[in-house]
Amino acid sequence: MSIFLDEKTPVIVQGYTGRIGSFHAQEMIDYGTNVVGGVTPGKGGERHLDRPVFNTVKDAVRDTGAEASVVFVPPPFAADTIMEAADAGIRFCVCVTDGIPAQDMMRVKRYMRRYRREQRMTLTGPNCAGTISPGKAMMGIMPGHIYQQGNVGLIGRSGTLGYEAASQMKAMGIGISTSVGIGGDPINGSAFRDHLERFEEDPDTKLVVMIGEIGGPQEAEAAAFVRDHMQKPVLAYIAGLTAPRGRTMGHAGAIVTSAGESAAEKVEILRAAGVGIILRPSEFGNAVAQALQKL
Amino acid sequence: MDIHEYQAKTLLADFGMPIAKGGIAYSPEQAAYRAKELGGEKWVVKAQIHSGARGKAGGIKVCGSENEVMEAANALLGRRLATNQTGPQGKLIGRLYIEEATDIAREIYLAFVLDRAFERIVCVASSSGGMDIEEIAETDPDAIVRVPIEPAVGMQDFQAREIAFALGMEASQLAEAVKALKACYRAFRDLDATMVEVNPLVVTSDGRIIALDAKMGFDDNALFRRPQISELRDKSQEDAREMNAADRGLSYVGLDGNIGCIINGAGLAMATMDMIKHVGGEPANFLDIGGGASPDRVAKAFNLVLSDEGVDAILVNIFAGINRCDWVAEGVIQAMRKLDVPVPVVVRLSGTNVELGRQILADSDIDLITADTLAEAAEKAVASANLHQSAGAQT
Repeated sequence: MSIFLDEKTPVIVQGYTGRIGSFHAQEMIDYGTNVVGGVTPGKGGERHLDRPVFNTVKDAVRDTGAEASVVFVPPPFAADTIMEAADAGIRFCVCVTDGIPAQDMMRVKRYMRRYRREQRMTLTGPNCAGTISPGKAMMGIMPGHIYQQGNVGLIGRSGTLGYEAASQMKAMGIGISTSVGIGGDPINGSAFRDHLERFEEDPDTKLVVMIGEIGGPQEAEAAAFVRDHMQKPVLAYIAGLTAPRGRTMGHAGAIVTSAGESAAEKVEILRAAGVGIILRPSEFGNAVAQALQKL
Repeated sequence: MDIHEYQAKTLLADFGMPIAKGGIAYSPEQAAYRAKELGGEKWVVKAQIHSGARGKAGGIKVCGSENEVMEAANALLGRRLATNQTGPQGKLIGRLYIEEATDIAREIYLAFVLDRAFERIVCVASSSGGMDIEEIAETDPDAIVRVPIEPAVGMQDFQAREIAFALGMEASQLAEAVKALKACYRAFRDLDATMVEVNPLVVTSDGRIIALDAKMGFDDNALFRRPQISELRDKSQEDAREMNAADRGLSYVGLDGNIGCIINGAGLAMATMDMIKHVGGEPANFLDIGGGASPDRVAKAFNLVLSDEGVDAILVNIFAGINRCDWVAEGVIQAMRKLDVPVPVVVRLSGTNVELGRQILADSDIDLITADTLAEAAEKAVASANLHQSAGAQT
């Protein structure tokens, strides 16, 4: 099993006919993802990549039964399309777009609270690489072939660092159940904690690896969740040991502004909660292999 | 993006925040003229740099005559002012704000921030004004009021009243205080700010409320729809290299070490810097060249990293996903052929077509050091930086 996404999940692409949307939609189809169509307002009724184009997400859901959507819409319009997906009954949404204003995301999060928790769409991102259940399906921009299918759950804020971890694991014959990118923005759709909960319930995930970084309260929230609610082992790496306070390190959310947000402090908080710490980014493969042996 | 105090005050005043009368000056003569224009007997000459804590650093001077204003302006203009927020190199004082002096009875701390735990705009206030918020949090944490604002309806009058009463405002000041608080909130919301800080907000001896200092930061991702904010940018307050990088679509942060870093992806960049630290080195910079890593971007990245004279070696770490390693390898070679790179370069590629990429690097006539793993790359970079540094010391 996997979380959120498998080879059967019907997926639509928002921003389907654009250059970036088209390219990655094709990559997703080639990987085996069940892409059932896409949305570009004003192009409804056309066909693109041999699949139907719809004017609205509601139309797409009605005609295709789409359950998941991936957003490639430019930053000024992205928040609006996420809300459209939530309103149309999409269950799982990946927003790849980088550069959405923080207050737009604040409004998106507020809007999503209209729905009861069990009916609420799970949003990952924005500014994330996407989600992949290796060997089954992917939604996002990652190179699918670097992931091996297996039993490790992966949650990360960063794209290429997640690829590094997945490659190190694959090189040692270790596979992944699902890898979830939560994105590098200050306000994101979902947090480590939300996905830890799903992995804890997933029978095919034996162990979870978190890849965090400086800035924000999410790693500390995850630590409390692991301490209080998780049976499965959790390992974590926190990037940004050398990052100076008050400076944005590439990701809009990677900035230390208050107590508990530096890499060193997060490592201590996670360690105290019983999370296994991966100290060096060269040790993802070894650390996971050792932890799996102990199971 | 940050702006100056006088700019923040003007913006806040547009939303109804009371401020003292003042004017901007670029020369000592203009400063004296502003004082004359304002009238009165006492003025404050305030250095406009993108930093708080200017008073402690000597950037704010109280003057009792136009002559004193001129002298103070003469002493400040053109100088670099270092505060505990700017780093030792300080920031250039290119303009001054000349303000009528205010008779202060009480100082209050007031800020609005985008709180990542609440995912809301939160008002943070304390009756212990004048100190920075970290200081208040340490000495008197109970004195801090935090009120999250519901984004669907915005700040309500009752919330502003609750804050005002918590700050010890008198009944006669209530209407003014509510107006000031809502002005800050509306400015924050309507201008896509990330921070509004009025420290201090003062109550004058005749009972008025005035923003004595003001600081605003803005969401770079929202500048596309706030052209009036973009216009307030003062490039003299920003690091030249970082600005240069941003203009080229690269994300750069200068640091004190000697190993230059060229990496794709923010997380991998931070992790590579951590790795350098773990093996005993110090990174000279953070640099994310973006997912694409095209030859053109790699060349720009080399130029940028080499503009830091403290660099003794460069570590290139690229994960080629959708792009292929062979293509990135060609790009690195092209860039190095065009530029004369005077320091050792360590290149580590991973991802798609990695063997082919490594073969291309190995076969080229360009002088570079290759590495297969992240650990090996960091170790080789540190070793070659040390070697280059000691060679430099000998000559």
